[in-house]
Amino acid sequence: MLEFRTRTAFISAVVFTALVLTVFNFGRDPTAVPTIDLAPSILWVTFTFAAMLGLNRAFQLELENDALDALLVSPISPTSLYLAKLVANCVFVGVVECVGLPLFVLFFNVPVWTILAPLIGVIALATVGFVAVGTLFSAMVIRTRFAELMLPVLLLPFLIPLVMAAAQVTAALFAGRPLSEVAWWLRLLAAYDIVFLWLATVLFPTTVNE
Amino acid sequence: MLRAEGLRHTFGSVRALDGISFTLSAGQTLVLFGPNGSGKTTLLRVLAGLIRPLEGHAEVAGGRRAVGWIGHQSHLYAHLTVRENLLFWAALYGVPAARREARADELLRRLGVADRAGVPVRVLSRGLTQRVTIARALMHDPKVLLLDEPFTGLDLAAAAQFRALLAELTGAGRIVVLATHNVDEGVELATDVAFQARGRFVHFAPRGARGAGEIADAYRLAVAGD
Repeated sequence: MLEFRTRTAFISAVVFTALVLTVFNFGRDPTAVPTIDLAPSILWVTFTFAAMLGLNRAFQLELENDALDALLVSPISPTSLYLAKLVANCVFVGVVECVGLPLFVLFFNVPVWTILAPLIGVIALATVGFVAVGTLFSAMVIRTRFAELMLPVLLLPFLIPLVMAAAQVTAALFAGRPLSEVAWWLRLLAAYDIVFLWLATVLFPTTVNE
Repeated sequence: MLRAEGLRHTFGSVRALDGISFTLSAGQTLVLFGPNGSGKTTLLRVLAGLIRPLEGHAEVAGGRRAVGWIGHQSHLYAHLTVRENLLFWAALYGVPAARREARADELLRRLGVADRAGVPVRVLSRGLTQRVTIARALMHDPKVLLLDEPFTGLDLAAAAQFRALLAELTGAGRIVVLATHNVDEGVELATDVAFQARGRFVHFAPRGARGAGEIADAYRLAVAGD
């Protein structure tokens, strides 16, 4: 509700997404590299950095007026707080992706209609993993002096396997190859989500408590 | 009941708490006086469960649901209205949905901000924000109140209203721990008085019949001698 009311992070992320896709579209030479080969990387670079903008603000609203302290004093467990933030951040990133994907299709003319369901599935899997780790790190850096710098520095290395897997599966989908060819990458995505969701849930209380 | 035993905590080389122990029962109000950096806020944060002390432990009967906390900030969401903030915090503390609106209305009326219920918190003045902060802490009718400089920003009328509200709460069997610099603000509420310096209680005694002047003199002596 707060993000809907302020719309600061949402507008930033959407504008960033549109800008990045525009730059990639006009900055490439379509005769040098086929669009279909570049498209998965462009999609995932765009989504990764757009989502980072949102995650930078994940706990900003709680830091204003120190609402986070009051949340930690309240009867809700830190685990419940984490899961609530996870869901909220997934919704935020999901909405940005819903805006970004049609723009991506428009700019790069990638035929997604026949692969829409599996593509959304991959995006959803990757988003959950991204947000699970991003929410934890966002809580870790929130009280540091250079939070907006620290988050990408800490988060990006952890996202490498996730983004690699998502890009590989997306490339297979765009090329019309069967998912069985990228089953290993799909399993990596699922395993990443399970492992890091569990780890983040376990580590979050230690992160926010003094 | 609220009990603290052997609390010790440091921040780097700074001893914020150095062996603090005390017990409070229903109806007691402990007013903590102490200079800046004496550890009053650290003590309150340990009691609230925000800091895990290096040694010792603190327990509050009823757990976190029984605690009402006011820290240095308002703990309010700036872009939500006053009423939305109160209803949100009431929901977190399990106040039945049917009671939340009435409870919010009652507290806003008692604290003189009923006419600002629909206003976003970010446009309120410091004093009005503090009144809403107090309302937030009281929404779930806590049995234990931990208050860190709660009179900050309140004008004379609002401070008097809040003192009357606190007196009513302690009369009904609540426990209050209140940290303040201002002897006049805290003394008339106190059943017990503690002076804290360098993380220790240099004085802890029932207030008895002592007035603000006497306690201020005792405070100056105790803190100067430490």
